Amino acid sequence: MNLEEYKGVYVFAQQVDNKIDSIAFELVGKGKDLAADLGTDVTAVLVGSGVKDLADQLAEYGADRVIVVDDPECKEYRTEPYAHALASVIKEFKPEIFLVGATAIGRDLGPRVSARIHTGLTADCTQLDIGDFPLNPVPGKETKHNQLLMTRPAFGGNTIATIACPDFRPQMATVRPGVMQKHPRVPGAKAEVIEFNPGFVPDHKYVEILDVVKAVSDTVDIMDAKILVSGGRGVGSPENFKILEDLAEVIGGTVSCSRAVVDAGWKPKALQVGQTGKTVRPNVYFAIGISGAIQHLAGMEESDIIIAINKDETAPIFDVADYGIVGDLNKIVPALTERLRVELAAK
Amino acid sequence: MKIVVCIKQVPDTKGGVQFNPDGTLNRAAMLTIMNPDDKAGLEAALRLKDQYGAEVTVVTMGLPKAEDVLREAMAMGADKAILVTDRVLGGADTWATSQTLAGAIRNLEYDLIITGRQAIDGDTAQVGPQLSEHLNIPVISYAQNIKIDGDSVIVERQFDDRYHVLKAKMPCLITALAELNEPRYMTPGGIFDACKAEVTVWGRANLVDVEDSNLGLKGSPTQIAKASDKVRKGQGEKVNLDPAESVDYIVGKLKEKHVI
Repeated sequence: MNLEEYKGVYVFAQQVDNKIDSIAFELVGKGKDLAADLGTDVTAVLVGSGVKDLADQLAEYGADRVIVVDDPECKEYRTEPYAHALASVIKEFKPEIFLVGATAIGRDLGPRVSARIHTGLTADCTQLDIGDFPLNPVPGKETKHNQLLMTRPAFGGNTIATIACPDFRPQMATVRPGVMQKHPRVPGAKAEVIEFNPGFVPDHKYVEILDVVKAVSDTVDIMDAKILVSGGRGVGSPENFKILEDLAEVIGGTVSCSRAVVDAGWKPKALQVGQTGKTVRPNVYFAIGISGAIQHLAGMEESDIIIAINKDETAPIFDVADYGIVGDLNKIVPALTERLRVELAAK
Repeated sequence: MKIVVCIKQVPDTKGGVQFNPDGTLNRAAMLTIMNPDDKAGLEAALRLKDQYGAEVTVVTMGLPKAEDVLREAMAMGADKAILVTDRVLGGADTWATSQTLAGAIRNLEYDLIITGRQAIDGDTAQVGPQLSEHLNIPVISYAQNIKIDGDSVIVERQFDDRYHVLKAKMPCLITALAELNEPRYMTPGGIFDACKAEVTVWGRANLVDVEDSNLGLKGSPTQIAKASDKVRKGQGEKVNLDPAESVDYIVGKLKEKHVI
């Protein structure tokens, strides 16, 4: 493999129902930062059916080029036609970096593509940098410059590892949604659009979609939620969880709870956060009326931002909260919901 | 029907995590369990066995002591167990691991391969889909519900806001979620039998159609640059304001952090 042939930062622009997912703009933004460090540019790869018109949106968030793979076989996400699309783009255009969102789609697609291409893939990255590998010179080992350094948590958040892929291209990573920043939108910005269709011939790897059910299923996983609105015994009653549900709905979050709430029979076990429940690591964790027993903290302290609301200022939850508010949740939560409703409607 | 279930012995991440000097995990020094998603995959296979009749073979790659999880699997009801262990396989990333498993599974007949979605040590969710690619069979990840329909399998596949009901021709690979089911306990008779049962041990020489350059640390495209314990975060801000000010405070922080 001649590594020098591989140029440019590419990102997978995930769309569902011909609506571009926010992760695509986040990846374009991060891709632009990395491309600036490398003196190259950023290309978004858009796959779907009837999606060409979406290319302008990617341009407005900073894509220099958009490769559009438009084919009826790619209407709904399926592993095989999408893997074929991305693998074909990589073989044709030879990018040095290829980023995919660590979404339910991306974490299915990324490994299949990397295995087809024979390159490395680093999962669920929370930080990406350009630098040397090894990080510090090692006698007798060549130092490679301008490598993608991919940082991710592992071991249930107990460790942080930085990973490189020095001998294969592209350097591939899935990137956790909500971590990278979009660049400001530039209305009217244009990108070079390249239409590319590698040809899709259904074979035994094409699965048949019998049905698409657009409802949150019973097994919706609080571990996948980007925002959790979590309630404890302090919420007071099962009925009063309504104020948390309202907040979750407005901010696009999911309701979870502490063990005390499950033990009281207010909420099902599937929503329980903590050592005997689930370990969660959302972008934002609201701890509302949760005192913060050590078993609860073990299940949520790796959340990116923890906002705690509790009337007891000595509650241990405040030891891990980034932002702690001592006060009455019955007054603060409904007011917060109303305020966010107004703020988000104005956007 | 023949079902292969890939399982992994993992460190119980609630305990301490230890590293070798080269940055790879010191698995020998940690307490271990059967990975929860894999256990759900095994349970799913055993339910298919109960319902349709099947031979269930469990496969693991690991240190010799990974035999423990194979015996646990047999005590739950698996019929055969294969341990793939060899010094040259150590330090593998997901590429080299999936190559190794593919090399082992090419020796077996199978209609269905079930793996866990992800292991709690690496959290990558990559080995299942990569294995399916090496074996050139379809993959359905994040399975919620598995039914057999003639020579096909019908599976509910979970996404963020929906699920797809998918039909794939067998042989096919499915990745299972821990939420899929409640794994059965080992039975006393099963434990008794599992102690005496034979575990097949394979090494490098038993792997089919895999080159040395795709195995172990040397065959791993990804390399660890740095690994360290996570620094626990300290206490942040704490405020005591009236409700309206509290709302201003929270909204201000959400904006500052680009949440809204």
